[in-house]
Amino acid sequence: MGNLFKIAIRNLLRYKRRTLLTASLITIGVVFVLVFISVSGSFKNLMIGQITDSMIGHLQVHRKGYVASIENLPLNLNIKSGAITRLENILNKQPEIVAYSPRIKFGGMFSNFVETTNIRLNGVYPDKELKSVPLLASRVIEGKKILDKGGIWIPELLAKGMKVKLGDTIVVVATNKDGSVNGKQFVVAGVLESATGPGGRDGYIHIEDAIEVLRMEGMAGMEISEVAIRLKDFGSLNAFSKKLDALLSKELNQQGKPIFELHTWEKLSPFFTIARMIDVMTFFIKLMLIAIVLISIMNVMIMAVYERIREIGTIAAIGTLPGKILNMFVIEGFCLGIAGAVIGNIVGIALIFMLNILKLTYNFGQQKGIILQASVNPYDLVVISVTVIIVSVIASLQPAFKASRMEPIKALRHV
Amino acid sequence: MSLIAAEGIDKEYQAGEVAVKALKGISFEIAPASFVSFIGPSGSGKTTLLNLIGCLDKPTKGQLKVADTDVLHLDRKQSASFRGSNIGFIFQDFNLIPVLTVYENIEYPLLMVQSAPSSERKKRVTALLDAVGMIDQKDKYPDQISGGQKQRVAIARALVTNPKLVLADEPTANLDHKTAYMVIELMKTMRNEFKTTFIFSTHDQKIVGEAEIIYMLEDGEMKGKEVKGGNNNG
Repeated sequence: MGNLFKIAIRNLLRYKRRTLLTASLITIGVVFVLVFISVSGSFKNLMIGQITDSMIGHLQVHRKGYVASIENLPLNLNIKSGAITRLENILNKQPEIVAYSPRIKFGGMFSNFVETTNIRLNGVYPDKELKSVPLLASRVIEGKKILDKGGIWIPELLAKGMKVKLGDTIVVVATNKDGSVNGKQFVVAGVLESATGPGGRDGYIHIEDAIEVLRMEGMAGMEISEVAIRLKDFGSLNAFSKKLDALLSKELNQQGKPIFELHTWEKLSPFFTIARMIDVMTFFIKLMLIAIVLISIMNVMIMAVYERIREIGTIAAIGTLPGKILNMFVIEGFCLGIAGAVIGNIVGIALIFMLNILKLTYNFGQQKGIILQASVNPYDLVVISVTVIIVSVIASLQPAFKASRMEPIKALRHV
Repeated sequence: MSLIAAEGIDKEYQAGEVAVKALKGISFEIAPASFVSFIGPSGSGKTTLLNLIGCLDKPTKGQLKVADTDVLHLDRKQSASFRGSNIGFIFQDFNLIPVLTVYENIEYPLLMVQSAPSSERKKRVTALLDAVGMIDQKDKYPDQISGGQKQRVAIARALVTNPKLVLADEPTANLDHKTAYMVIELMKTMRNEFKTTFIFSTHDQKIVGEAEIIYMLEDGEMKGKEVKGGNNNG
């Protein structure tokens, strides 16, 4: 086998310019794919991180039917106190969970005593919320990063629109599930940077204040809209989601129907579609690489066979078996693929390194000047390299097969 | 006991829409260790006959045995194996592999065809390099040596597997007369040393004189046989 490699490499070096051009083409393809994957992957990870770590969490549990009406924030579909206890008992036993945060979500009127507008509010336990969505604190651009009772964090756009400043008193008026209206004064304790996506215009108050506004019967009568969950390992999301879903599906109401429904961030955010589009684009870029490798290797191998017909006739005449002739040409394609993949990986990694040194910035929604942190997963390097090598071998098969099936007498006559 | 036995061989092939009868009822026998030449004008069927003996092609009709093997019934893979074990080839254009050195070209059949062990390969290649006078040139590539030297390398390559038969189609056609004569003398020396049967085709009358048995072909028919001495039991 070593001799077949020796002959293959020498044959490749025999046509240096052609080999260089083909290897360069594969290299450019690999570099392009690597850079695209690393940049788009960086953007995708940032986007997912922003959405899950500042608003949604990795998973959310709701009462069955709530998500279908989530835009209305239906108070009559909240999880009741008995079910909260059952849910917490399950969540507390899961080692995969870092933190979870019960939320009371409701819509209300926001007044600065001069003007009134609508607002979506989240009643949360501040400590639990900040552990479940740790980037929320970083969105507080003015004021304390701790939310006390009587305080309210309001979105930046609302603060500007209503001309409300830190320390101002405002009133929140809301209707509870029985239809009775109640109001409560709050002091603006923080202004939140606007974020893109669901929750980007939400305000935050302490959960006990939410109970008071909605006139729930104290902590014992508390009803929550959802529980946001954060996992230790985001990579285990799908596996844990299945596990938790199975556990929650056993919790039934008096009618014998499931109480809860579980959703991953993907089901709750429209940005999942963008993440999927990035994946689809990456797939098509990989397809382009495959096409480049396939066509360039097949082209060069067809040329190689055509130019060496007499040589093939000679080695066939002196007794080289067809299988060995086939191997000779396949190994040439294999070596070209290896060269392209290795050089492509080296150049690609160097380019990604340079991109990181340059500290290129981009904007995401309202967030400006985010530094591009391109990185490539070793798994992607392996997949791309193996794909290039396999495609190179496949592309060499047809010309190699043709060479191995050549009649020596006809090949020797070839001029 | 003959090395080659041909009986009533016909070979017909299509040239466009025309059927050409290249060989007509050829019969002959060649004994081991003979030094034989097929002569005749262009188109007489010399190359076709060598191709049939070399298992590169099959007759349309007739019987052909080479080294006690009925070569008509060998399939593609068996033919390749048979050639690798029993037949050496010398080509008009030398047909050395350009990416291999002189040494590697001679070694090629042992390595890629017979998978001989390294020590055996080294011994046999060195012996043949010495025998053909190319030991000093062993690390050169084919494009770095002369035509005569290339043909000497081709002779060594044909003999390295110790074949029963070496076939040479116009081996001196691309050489000047002096070099051609030296190549034929080398082939004869190799025959004497290795007891291998050499069959070569030529239309060079001066070279023909070096053969011990001459078969004359014309228009695909065997027109005569001349035995000049040496191992003339063919």
